[in-house]
Amino acid sequence: MMSQSLSKTVKKTRVNSPFSVMVHKEMADHIRSWRFIILIGLIILTFIASMYVSLGNIRSAIGNVNDPDHTFLYLKLLTTTDNSTPPFHVFLSFLAPLLGISLGFDAVNSEQNKGTLTRLMAQPVYRDNLLLAKFVSALMLVAALFLVLVFLMIGGGLVLTGVRMEPQELLRIIGFIVISITYVGFWLSLSIVLSIKFRQAATSALTAIGIWLFFTVFYQIVVNLAIRSLLPDPAFLTQDQILGYNELILNVLRIAPNQLYTDASTTMLMPSVRSLGPMTMEQMAGAIPAPLPFKESLMIVWPQVSGMIGATVTCFALSYYLFMRREIRS
Amino acid sequence: MKNPIIQLKSLTKCYGSQKAVNNLNLDIQKGEIFGLLGPNGAGKTTTILMMLGLTDPTSGSAFVCGYNATNNPISVKRKVGYMPDSLGFYDDMTALENLMYIARLNGLTEKEIKIRTAEVMEIVGLSSVMNKKTSAFSRGMKQRLGLADVLIKEPEVIILDEPTLGIDPNGVREFLTLIKRLSKEQELTVLLSSHHLHHVQQVCDRVGIFVKGELLAQGNIDTLSGHLFGKAGHVVSISLVNDIPQPWTLEQELQKLETIKQITINKNTVEFECEQVITPELVRFFVEKDYGILGVYQKDYGLDDIYQKYFEDIN
Repeated sequence: MMSQSLSKTVKKTRVNSPFSVMVHKEMADHIRSWRFIILIGLIILTFIASMYVSLGNIRSAIGNVNDPDHTFLYLKLLTTTDNSTPPFHVFLSFLAPLLGISLGFDAVNSEQNKGTLTRLMAQPVYRDNLLLAKFVSALMLVAALFLVLVFLMIGGGLVLTGVRMEPQELLRIIGFIVISITYVGFWLSLSIVLSIKFRQAATSALTAIGIWLFFTVFYQIVVNLAIRSLLPDPAFLTQDQILGYNELILNVLRIAPNQLYTDASTTMLMPSVRSLGPMTMEQMAGAIPAPLPFKESLMIVWPQVSGMIGATVTCFALSYYLFMRREIRS
Repeated sequence: MKNPIIQLKSLTKCYGSQKAVNNLNLDIQKGEIFGLLGPNGAGKTTTILMMLGLTDPTSGSAFVCGYNATNNPISVKRKVGYMPDSLGFYDDMTALENLMYIARLNGLTEKEIKIRTAEVMEIVGLSSVMNKKTSAFSRGMKQRLGLADVLIKEPEVIILDEPTLGIDPNGVREFLTLIKRLSKEQELTVLLSSHHLHHVQQVCDRVGIFVKGELLAQGNIDTLSGHLFGKAGHVVSISLVNDIPQPWTLEQELQKLETIKQITINKNTVEFECEQVITPELVRFFVEKDYGILGVYQKDYGLDDIYQKYFEDIN
């Protein structure tokens, strides 16, 4: 055929790798979907509500000289509240799982049910590219959303107050955003695993929400129950033993990803937090209540962050394991 | 001996204790249209999935275009276009966007994509509706878009899984003609699976009959019928104006012809079973003896009979 030979002679110029083609397509799909619009609306509403409350209380928070963090205006903007609504980072610890779950719960099973998965897998693309594209595209959108919100806040704050921003504050806020994105990434990869495991999107969504509810609501109750029945009466223990047990309880609670996130984001946004565990009187003695430098705060949250990354990677490895050798059939 | 483009060597796939495909050996040459014929659940789709590396064989190996499909599926998928039996498209995208997505995944440049998509849409006859969303497409249109999907990557081999399922007879004919034409024009090798014998009969050079995971026979339709009905030979029945009297004096004379093995008389029809085709001789004989001939019917064995015969053996 004439036309065929014609098209064959067209010089090969720049060719996108299948992976970037997939990421493009997934991102376009997300942006056009109602689901994502609703989620953006939800996050922006939360942001506006918490900004409104913190702006109303910022004067008293900055004026409070007893608070070692009172000089950090922009961190205060993110954390101040008059207790009518929770501050932004606490709100986010509820919304981030929702964001991750809703972007990932039907990643693979909807393609399978529509019959597009077979067609896709019949193309010369690696299977893991599909999983990675689903993960990366959703995470990029979330990252963009968070960064835009926070930079809007910073810019707005600069224009409204005219207060200079400490470099440390910027680093802390960016650290907080990175931690939040990692947290969303964990829930995203968990929901992708569930979307591979379950054929029905509703089942995988429900399971993901179940896991989220378990960790936010029931996990603490279960741990407390177990501790009360297993641990000896504190009245008969020395202080060292009590401290040891407290540490143990905290470590058990830290299995929950939301606990890790709350710990990490609090330390990032409140420079005066010096430790996430119990401290003895000796450790406290002589300590001046002053904000920690950024590097020290980072050192405190590093175990939390690596825990979250570890959990994400585990979920992702599991999704590879489930998907790579699976029979693709609709 | 040419190197076959598809080569399956003692391919076996088990689901638990059930054998979906059992020790399948099959060679398909370049440029052939091969029909994989079998009832539902015979293991046709499983075989195809193994050829594309979409599922792993329990034992044995599948070579397509010289690549091992299990170890090197990407190279195979570059050369092979596969149309699954239940086609799905992204409903919120237009036909053109769906096709362009697949083209991009195959590493075509934007310039090539523009030319190729227009070309392929023209070939499958969807140019007028290519900017419509695929959710509005009928089954037949989706099937055509599926074929466009396959052709966009300029494959060497096309594998079509139940391509005629759920389209009306007119659509089937057009579709099969299209496949046949493409195969001739572009020297494509086509593997077509179906449980519809007539469709397969229309286009395939060679047929493999596949039942319960085993390939019972392969070859072109003449070979298959010869293979099966060779012993029975050719059957000619001649119906006459008047009933034949019993006993029939001419029977003796006919018996002298060596190729005739059996003569059955039923009122005004005579059925001859013979080793060679002697229909003209028989007609001349009757004319010479002044018999009025109403009709001559030479029985041919079609795929239907072949199919039937195999199922008789199985059940």
